This record gives sequence, C-alpha cells and structure tokens, in this order.
Amino acid sequence: MSIRTPLRPLARILQARSTGENPDAIERENLRLRRETMRDATRLRAEGRLLVLGLCFVSAFAVVGMRMGQVAASNPEEPRAVTTGTAILAQRADILDRNGRILATNRTTHSLYAQPHEMVDPVHAAKELAKIFPDMDEARLIKDFTGTRKFVWIQKQLAPEQQQAVHDIGEPGLLFGPRESRLYPNGKLAAHILGGTKFGREGVMSAEIVGQSGIERYSDDYLRDPANGDKPLQLSIDLSVQSTMREVLFGGMHLLGAKGAAAILMDVHTGELISMVSLPDFDPNSRPTFAGQNAGDNPRFSRAVQGVYELGSTFKIFAAAQGMELGLFKPDSMVAATPPFRWGKHKIGEFEGHNYGPYVSLTDMIVKSSNVATAHVAQQIGVDRQKSFLKSLGFFDPTPVELIEAKGAKPLLPPHWSELSTITIGFGHGLSASPLHLATAYSSLLNGGTRVTPTLLKHEGPIKLGPRIVSPEVSAASRQMLRAVVGEGTASFGDVRGYQVAGKTGTADKPREDGKGYYKDKTITTFASVFPANEPKYVLVVTLDEAVETTGPKPRRTAGWTAVPVAAEVIRRVAPILGIRPDIETLALGQ
Amino acid sequence: MRSVYIVFSALFVMGLAVWAYKENYATQEVLREISQVQRQIGLQRQELAVQRAEWAYQNRPDRLRDLVELNFDRLGLLPLLPEQFGTVANVAFPVEEDVLIELEDSVAVSGSLEAVNQ
Repeated sequence: MSIRTPLRPLARILQARSTGENPDAIERENLRLRRETMRDATRLRAEGRLLVLGLCFVSAFAVVGMRMGQVAASNPEEPRAVTTGTAILAQRADILDRNGRILATNRTTHSLYAQPHEMVDPVHAAKELAKIFPDMDEARLIKDFTGTRKFVWIQKQLAPEQQQAVHDIGEPGLLFGPRESRLYPNGKLAAHILGGTKFGREGVMSAEIVGQSGIERYSDDYLRDPANGDKPLQLSIDLSVQSTMREVLFGGMHLLGAKGAAAILMDVHTGELISMVSLPDFDPNSRPTFAGQNAGDNPRFSRAVQGVYELGSTFKIFAAAQGMELGLFKPDSMVAATPPFRWGKHKIGEFEGHNYGPYVSLTDMIVKSSNVATAHVAQQIGVDRQKSFLKSLGFFDPTPVELIEAKGAKPLLPPHWSELSTITIGFGHGLSASPLHLATAYSSLLNGGTRVTPTLLKHEGPIKLGPRIVSPEVSAASRQMLRAVVGEGTASFGDVRGYQVAGKTGTADKPREDGKGYYKDKTITTFASVFPANEPKYVLVVTLDEAVETTGPKPRRTAGWTAVPVAAEVIRRVAPILGIRPDIETLALGQ
Repeated sequence: MRSVYIVFSALFVMGLAVWAYKENYATQEVLREISQVQRQIGLQRQELAVQRAEWAYQNRPDRLRDLVELNFDRLGLLPLLPEQFGTVANVAFPVEEDVLIELEDSVAVSGSLEAVNQ
C-alpha cells in the first residue's frame, strides 16, 4: 500500500500562496487523483471476478458439452460390472394356486422363419418342411421360397424334435428365433379361470405374450410388468380341490346326461373362490375356435361366471331371510299356502300340483319349497324392499371377480319390476343371474350376515367384514332352515354324514331360444349349499344344464335327483382335502 | 542430486504406467468373466424354469390320478374320504410284549435281564 498522499501538502500550499493561487485547487486536484486510483483498483478487482466467473461457466458448459458428445458418439453398452440381483427371466409372471403350485408358467421355444435369398436348395427345403409339418402346403412353400420374398414366417412355435428335424435339413436359409410361450401344465383344469394368451406384436427375436381371456387378460398389466417377473400371481384356487371337483362334476354330468355343468366352492368369510369349474371346458394351451350359433355351447363359455340362468327355488331363502330380518316372520310363523295363489289373472301353483296348505310354517315353506307360501311372503315384503335387499346381495351388477368375462355377465332383471315380478322373483323366476352371483349371495347371507366380494386372489391377513346385510340371528335361522331342507326336505340326498350340509334346491325350466315360454323337458337344476351348518366355512353351488335321472320309471329332472347327489359327492370328496374334520358324533350316530 | 530425483521420478512414473496397464487388462478380464457368469446364471435360471414347468407337468392331477389307478395293486391309494378321520381314542394302545410278565415262577429263573429283553 502506497503512502497516502496528503491532500494539502504544505510545500505546495505555501508555494501557491506565494504565487497567489487558490490552495483549494490543489486539494481538489489531489482528491481527484486519489479517487481515480481507488476507482482503477475497484475496476481491476471486478474485472478479475468477472473473468473467474466466466471461466467457471465456460468450463461447466464445456464439461456438459463434452459429456453429451461422448454419450452421442459412443456405442451403448450394458454396465457389465454391476450385478443385478434378479435378472429378468420371464417376460410374464407365473400364476400359482393358493399352495404355490404352478397354474401357468413360461417355456422357451423357437420360431422358424426363412430367408429365401440365403437358401441353397429351396425346393428340397420346401419338400422336407412339408414332411415335418404335415399341415403345410408344399407347393405354397416352393412358391414362397423361389419368389422375390426376402422373409417368410414358417412356424410360430416349434417342438424340440421338430426343431431338430429342421436342423437336419441343413439349409442355411432356415433360421430360428427365440420365443417364449405360455404353458398351462394342468391342461384343462381351471381353464375358464386362467383363460389363455396369444402373441401380440411379433418380431424375429421375440414376441409379446398378451392375455386373451380370463385372469390372464384381467391381470395383464400386472403379469406383463417386468418388475413382477419373479413375483408370481397367487390365486385363491386350490389345485387339489379343483381337480377333485372337476372329476366329480365330470362324472356326474355324464351320468345324468347333462349338457353342461358348473360348480363353485367359495370361502364364506373371505369370498375367495377355492374352486370354480365349468364343463365342458377346453385346453388353454391350444384354445379351440368355435363356429357354432349358441354361445352357451362354446367350450370357452364359463357357465359359472358368464351363464345367467333363472336359479329357481334357491331364491326362496332370500325371501324368508328378508321376512325375518324385517320382523314380519319368525321361523315358526304360519304362512298361507293354499294353491293357487292368484294375482290378477295370473295363477301360481305348486310343483307337480302339490297342496301344502292351508298353512305352513316359514321353515316348512323352505323345506317343502312352497311357491304359494313364498309368493305370500314376497308380497308382504313388497317391491322396493325386495329390490334393495337383492341389490345389497349383488344381484343388480356384474360380479366383481377378477375375470375379464365377469363384466359382461350382467344379471337379467325384469324391465318393469311390478308386484308380480316381486312375487315370481321371490321363488326364483324372472331374475337370471350367474351361479357366481348365487354363491356370493349365499355366502353373504349365511356367514353371519355380512357382504362378501368374490375374488380369485389369495386373501392375506385378517378378514375385513363387509357391510351388514342381515343380523347374525337371521343368518343362523336361515342356516337352520337350509339344514332342515337337507335333513327332511327336497335335498335329502345331500346329507353327507358328519358335515352338516345345509342347502336349497332349485329347478327352473329352460326358456326357449325363440322366446316363446319354457321347455317342458329341459331344466337347469341348482343346489346351493353351505357346510358345516353350525359353523359355516364354505358355500358350494352346483348347477347342471339339462340333467335327467333315468333310474326310476319316469325320468326325473328336479334338482333333488340331479344336482344334489353330485353336490353331496363333491362335499364328501372335497371337505377332507380342505381339512374339515367330520363331526364324529354325527358320524357315529349315522352309522 | 537433482538428476537422481529426476531418474527416480521417471522410474516411478514408468512403474505406475506398467501397473495401470496391467490393471486395465485385469479389469477387462474380470468384466468378461462376469458377463460369462451372468450368461450362465441366465441359462440356469431358464433351465430351472423348464424344470419347474416339467415338475408341474409331471405332477398334474390327471396324471397322478392315472398313476394311482395303474399302481393300485402295489400302492392301494384311495381318495381322501371323511371316514378316514379318527380321534386319538380310536388308536389302540400298543400290545405289551413283555416276556417278564409271563414268567410264572420268577425266582426259579436265573439269567441276566438284558438277555431277556433282547
């Protein structure tokens, strides 16, 4: 730091005074000089700072620019030194049953394509290929191989032995591409639940697998998400139970000459579907095409979920339960039952012209399946209350089960819900719903009275109770009535010793396809049951389409002779697998 | 003295260069190994998936049921039925096969206990 120059140096002041100049001018001059020096120093410092800042920016831009250039110019490369914990293995997650057994998985196969311009002997290759794949047209292959095409798909999927045979042709123009394909190791078992897959966008090196129906389509987003490659989808289905139920149902269907059959086994508390079978079924590994007219004949059609039927007398318990819930009736209240029940010009009678009148108790109404008494009960309940009750049981909407087909299966409700509709719906006519609707409603009514949601996904953790539908007492009373149906009523064949089966039969004439009334000799028979009655665990619904029992002098088409014995056999075989011990005392008494 | 420093630092730099060269190749070698191992892991996972699929296919209920029927003579397996459940009370007590109790005149018998028990 330089020595500070005095503003008024004495020598110059004295000299100025002697010459008569103004000494203040000297001071001002010096002040000016001092300020100029200060200004120069400040400017220099500011310039220096600007320079440094500028350099910083330039280097930052240079770094970013260089990195961008490097990224743009270099070849992309996987970070090889980084180990990923789980390499992506499959492009689609597996599907497991509730015990972890595989229902759907992937396998690697190969596709076969040709590049004709690489071929050495196209005609020979075409001839050999036609030998390996009998369904291929030799002339067509020769035309493709000798034409101007540069690329020809030959097969989308090859079996290993076919691949070896193609290898053995030794033609360099025949090439293989890797393919993943979906494999259902259990074949037809659970076909309607799993649905199936197809190839989406296809390339030489890979092809997309997309769900085509069933849960494969419903959960497509989850299954296709690469992050879920090693997180399989676990269903509530039990493979052993499913297999047993299909075996029994298949046997029953053939024994009774039924056209189709469906069975649903549901956990009453969680709404989990332990097993769901619809017959006839198909192999999801090679989904069949269907050219028929009637959708119900399509093997891909799931009778359990998609089929909406009038489920007949199984609905009577809803009328009885609602009557009890509203306080209109008690199980031993007497209800008028003298046929016919008249409403306007309509007459309602009993099955086969029975007469249970003049009065039956509410329990006997269910046990004897009296249409007339139910009509009286339904009339007292009334249109609005019945509608809201059935709505709370889920009969107004498609079931929310995790299948793509479920959305389309909307129950058929009467367009004008008159009092007559209420009366007929009371005993199960005029409202069509799927067996799954019925199973859900029975579970909700009989598990203690809380609504369940049907699901195909395994339930974890504590059970969350749904909205209350009826009181626990009404639920218990309904179970007792249904138990009496099996004990002494129309479903006596359903009494599996030790399991306290409770249930209700339902027989409905099939409506004619032309809409002119009903067939006389074609029925849909249903048995909806719950077991064990004292401590309900499972609901089983069995539906047979056009079943007939012919051991007697007259063919019998009622549920008590068709669906009930099949359901009983299902319970006898399935309950032990589910680990339910038979009630030993009851068993001993029965023996 | 100064030239000694220069020579040493030159040698040091050369040593570093050799080390860096070797490290570079060693790294590349390790990377190659890793990619090979990862490829192997991928293949083995694929094989595992095939094995699992095969296992599921071989254990499909249809096939097991057929096998049970075919081998009924040897295995005698039946479906699980309610009658097969029992209580502990139904299980018979093991039959006492103690020879010592059956001896009448025990004093007259001589010998060691171990021999009897065998």
